[in-house]
Parts: sequence; structure tokens; C-alpha cells
Amino acid sequence: MVNLLALIVSSTLVYSAPLIFTAIGGVFSERSGIVNVGLEGIMVMGAFSSVVFNLFYAETFGSWTPWLGLLVGALAGVIIAAVHALATVNLRADHIISGTVVNLAAPALAVFLTRVLFEQRGQTDIIRESFGYFNFPVLSDIPVIGDIFFQSTSLPAYVGIVVAFICWFFLARTRFGLRIRAVGENPQAADTMGINVYAMKYAGVLLSGVFGGIGGAVLSQSISLNFSVSTIAGQGFMAMAAMIFGKWNPVGAMLAAIFFGFAQSLSVVGSQIPFIESIDPVYLQIAPYIITIIVLVSFVGKASGPAANGKTYIKSK
Amino acid sequence: MKSNIRQIMVPLLSIVIGLVFGAIIMLVFGYNPIEGYKALLTGALGNPFNIGQTIRAATPLIFTGLGFAVAYTAGFFNIGLAGQALAGWLVSVWIGISLPDSPGWLVLPLAILGGTIAGALWAGIAGVLKAFFDTSEVIVTIMLNYVAIYISDHIIRNVITDRADATPFVGENASLRLQWLTDLTNGSTIHGGIFLALIFAVLVSILLQRTTVGFELRSVGFNKHAANYAGMNAKRNIILAMLLSGGLAGLGGVMNGLGEFRNVFLTNGVAPAIGFDGLAVALLGGLNPIGIIFASLLFGGLKTGGTIMPLMAGVPSEIVDIATAAIIFFVGANYVITYFMDRREKSKLSNTEVIVQGGDD
Repeated sequence: MVNLLALIVSSTLVYSAPLIFTAIGGVFSERSGIVNVGLEGIMVMGAFSSVVFNLFYAETFGSWTPWLGLLVGALAGVIIAAVHALATVNLRADHIISGTVVNLAAPALAVFLTRVLFEQRGQTDIIRESFGYFNFPVLSDIPVIGDIFFQSTSLPAYVGIVVAFICWFFLARTRFGLRIRAVGENPQAADTMGINVYAMKYAGVLLSGVFGGIGGAVLSQSISLNFSVSTIAGQGFMAMAAMIFGKWNPVGAMLAAIFFGFAQSLSVVGSQIPFIESIDPVYLQIAPYIITIIVLVSFVGKASGPAANGKTYIKSK
Repeated sequence: MKSNIRQIMVPLLSIVIGLVFGAIIMLVFGYNPIEGYKALLTGALGNPFNIGQTIRAATPLIFTGLGFAVAYTAGFFNIGLAGQALAGWLVSVWIGISLPDSPGWLVLPLAILGGTIAGALWAGIAGVLKAFFDTSEVIVTIMLNYVAIYISDHIIRNVITDRADATPFVGENASLRLQWLTDLTNGSTIHGGIFLALIFAVLVSILLQRTTVGFELRSVGFNKHAANYAGMNAKRNIILAMLLSGGLAGLGGVMNGLGEFRNVFLTNGVAPAIGFDGLAVALLGGLNPIGIIFASLLFGGLKTGGTIMPLMAGVPSEIVDIATAAIIFFVGANYVITYFMDRREKSKLSNTEVIVQGGDD
């Protein structure tokens, strides 16, 4: 029983980790008033760049490689998010169209670069330094609880949980966080108070690039272990749903992401769980997506996002 | 008049800028853009066979593009065209191979209709959820794309066949191929669906611009609350828009099923490309059915030519997708194009003023 629970918890955390980071990214973007359906594309860039970094520098950095890969993924995420920021903030593009452009461009660009780097092949080799499983010192020795939560588990997920609380504090309690939220709620009023609306919106979108890129990098370096066009299969949109489910709050988004991670992990470990093993795999495969829809149907009506979300702000002269 | 010119100039300039962007990327990575684009052009239009392939590639895009436009007119972003197309593709082929001995006049319309209904119902789910629960159609349709992928793969492997990767081919009685078209293009995979596509472009144009139904859809798109206040049933219109949109996307899938491939195979986790390409052609075509036809032909050419690029010029075909994304970026961010057009207009005006003043002296 303990083994079974440990298996479920650890696989849930492995699949949650990318969603946690990306959903937090979505919170930053939407809190500043920019809808970001481009999270999927941002994750693609993060996944791609970190795998490439990992393949080329694994010998230099050893077991630190995946962690440094997160930084590389964050950087790639920021670059592609900057395109979205430019289009929505300066060029007054429809947020969903611009986000869709990001989703169209990112996989094309990533596979193109993969072919350039790896002799025309459409997918990379398997990385050698992945996140693998982590045992917490001391904590893992606690009977039962240690076995379930702190042995052979996903360290990035725990980092994500801590980051979610930090980001909550940042958004709720700091001057900068307040300004980002003000811009998403009422840009005119924020502008009147002397807040640089465009700069805050850029900050929100670029932060979504940082976290979305990290999310992609976590996924590719702990789950897929290589990069191909199907490495990111809807996780960006699932993170968006988690953000909505979490009511645009980093901690809420993190909890929702863990829930979605659980749904995703079922299709992978389901065959080892009694009762669930008898279910046809196709139901487990579609479960995370169906659950996302059900969650949206049952909760969205009651939660509403930032007031000026998705609207272009044009500063009057 | 001015807005008419702008309507054409924005997509044209976007295409030019997008292609230049593609050329720059090729240059940066050490490919020869002239060779690359020469290969693209030859691959798209170089001989009758390639022209046939280009038209064939454009055919489903006209349908998915129209599907996107109908939903967008009513204010919805149907990003799930791919899943709806896959539903139409699967069902049309399924009907086709289930009735191998029935006459063509029965099977072909039945298969086409079945595919259309499948696409419509798949999109209808998102429509109903939007109408009654105000659930974001963007996320729901995307999620349904993945559901469609897994269900389709499951049905192909476990229901239609016994663990095979593809279904058998449909017979002559359920094929859209026309022998004279095939002969005319030296055996390309062009099929009669192009005529259906052109007919539907006209029908959608009439529906949106000349009928009460179209007027209501547009009203809901402009202002849902005003439309409601004017006595239009917003809920019904939301669902209707998604059903029409999905039906058109389903027809796009039927083109793949009964025209191009004549079977359906495992997706490997990737939804049919005609979904997102349909979205792109609709935006490029300014959501106008005539514009969508031209944009589809352009994209059909880019797709077909793109497959030749690696062979002829050694350039990865993804360069076409990158250029495509750049084109749509500038269509979406058309503010930058119209801004410069306005500036030129203004500077012309101020010049003439100066001249007039000079004449008075």
C-alpha cells in the first residue's frame, strides 16, 4: 500500500512540475492584463533549448546540467515571450492571435534548429543528465510519510511549490507585484498614478516567458528526455487551465497544477494500480483533457480574471 | 476606398515581410535563400503534377479556413479545427470502408455528410459549454483536439482494424478522385473536392452577408449583449456558429479522407496540420471567403513547395512554417503596417498643402 501511494505521489509530482512553473508564468502575464495562449509555444522553446544545452554541456557540468538547463530554458522562454509582448503591448495585436503565432512559430523554429544542429534529423538524442529521482536527506527516513513523499521523488516539483509561495508573496505583498496587478485591473487608473503601464505589461509577459521556459525545460529533462515536435502536447494549455482553476493566484495555480499532474500521471502508471489497470488505456489517455474541461465548466463561472485582461491599452496623448 | 486598399495591402505586405523573414533565417543558418525559394516555387508550380498537388493541398484549407471565419465572425476563436477535421476524416473513411459494395451515388454523399456531422458535433461540445457555462472555447477546443487524437488512434487500432497503423483504403465508390483531373495533372492527388470547396466558399459568403442567420451571427460577434437585447437568442447563435464552424472543419477532414489519402492512419500525437493552417489562411484572407480561397492556394503552394525544399536546396521544410508564422504575426499586428501607410498618406497630404499654398502666393 505504501509502495503504491509512493508511486502515485512521485509520478504525480513528476508530471505536475512543468505545469506548476508554467501556470505561475500564466498568472504573471494575465495579472498584467495580457492573455497568453502562447504558453504552449514558450514551453516548446524551453524544452528544446534545455535539451540542446544538456546534450552539449553534460560532460562539463555533470549532474548540475539539468538545473543550468532550466536557466537556458528560461532565457529561450523570455525571447519568444518578448515577441508576444511586442505584438500585444506595442503593436496592438489581438492577444489570442499573437499567442497562436507563438504556438505556430515555436515548434517550427525548434524543429528547424534541431535539423540544423543534428544533421537533418527531426528529433534530438536522449539526454544523459536528467533530473531523475531525488531522496531528501533526513526527511526520507521518516517512516511511511518519508517513503511516500520524500523518497525517489521529483525535486523540481518541490522547488516549484516553494516558488509558488514566493511568487504569491511577490504579487500580493510587494510594490512591484501590486503595480503588475493594478495594470491588469485598471490600466487608466494605474497610468494616472504614474505607473509605467507598458513596462509593467512587459514585465508580466516576460516573467511568463521565464516560468513557461522553465516549465518546458523541466518537462523535457525529466519526462521526455529528448526533444521532438510532440514533446509538448497541450501542457501549455493545461497550465492555462490550471491558472484559471487556481483563480489567477500562484498558490492556487500550483495546487491546480498538481491536480492536473495527477490526471496526467494516471495514464502512465495506471497499469500498475489495481482496479485502474482494468480500464482501457484510451480512457486514461483522454482523462487529463476531459478533466480539464470539466474543471473549467464547473469553476470558471464563479471565478473571473483581472478586469482589463485581454484588452489592449492605448495610452492617450 | 481607402479601407479597401488597406484590406488588400495588409495581407500582401505581410506575405512579403514574412518571406523576407524566412530568407533572413535561411541566410543566418548558412542556406542560400534564392536556391531555397527557387525550390519552393518549382515545387509549388513547376509542372502540372506540382500544380495539382498545390490545389489538392489548398482544398482542405479552404474548408477549415471558412470554418474558422464563421466562428470568428460570431466572436469565437475556434482553435480546435484540427480535432474537428480529424473527426470528419475518421468518420468519412469509416463510412466509406463499411459500405464497399453500395453504389457511389449513395456512399459518397453519405460519407461526406457523416464527416461533416462528426466535425459539427465535436465543435458543438465547445459551443454548448460556451453558451451555457461561459467556458473558454479556446481551452475547450484545444483539449478536444487531444481527445480526438487519442480516440481516433484507438478506433483505428482496435475497432476498425486489428492493431494496424492504418485503415484499408476506401473503394472507388467513396473516392473524390476524378480521373480526368488526375490525368490532367500527370497523376497528382488532386480531387473533385476543390469544386466542393469553391461552392462552399460562395455559400458561406451568402450565408454571412445575405441571410438573417448570418446577420444574427455577426451581431452576436459585434456585441453579444446588444444582440440579446435586440431579441436574438445569443445562446442559440453561439451553438449554431460552432456547429457550422465544426461542420466546415469536418469537411476539411473529409477532403483528406476521401480525396488525398483515401484512408486514415495513426496520428502519432500530432493533430492534422490543416487545423492550424486553416486558422492562418482565415486570418490572412481577412475572414473573407474569397480572400480565404486565395490564401489557401498560397498556403497550398507553400506546403507543397516546402516538401521539395530539403531535396532540391537542402533547406529544412520547417522554414516554410516559420515564414508562415511571421506572415500571420504581421497580419495580427497590422497596426504597424497601417501606421506606416497612414504616415505616408499624411506626408503626401502635407506636401499637397504646401503646393497649394505656394500657388496662392
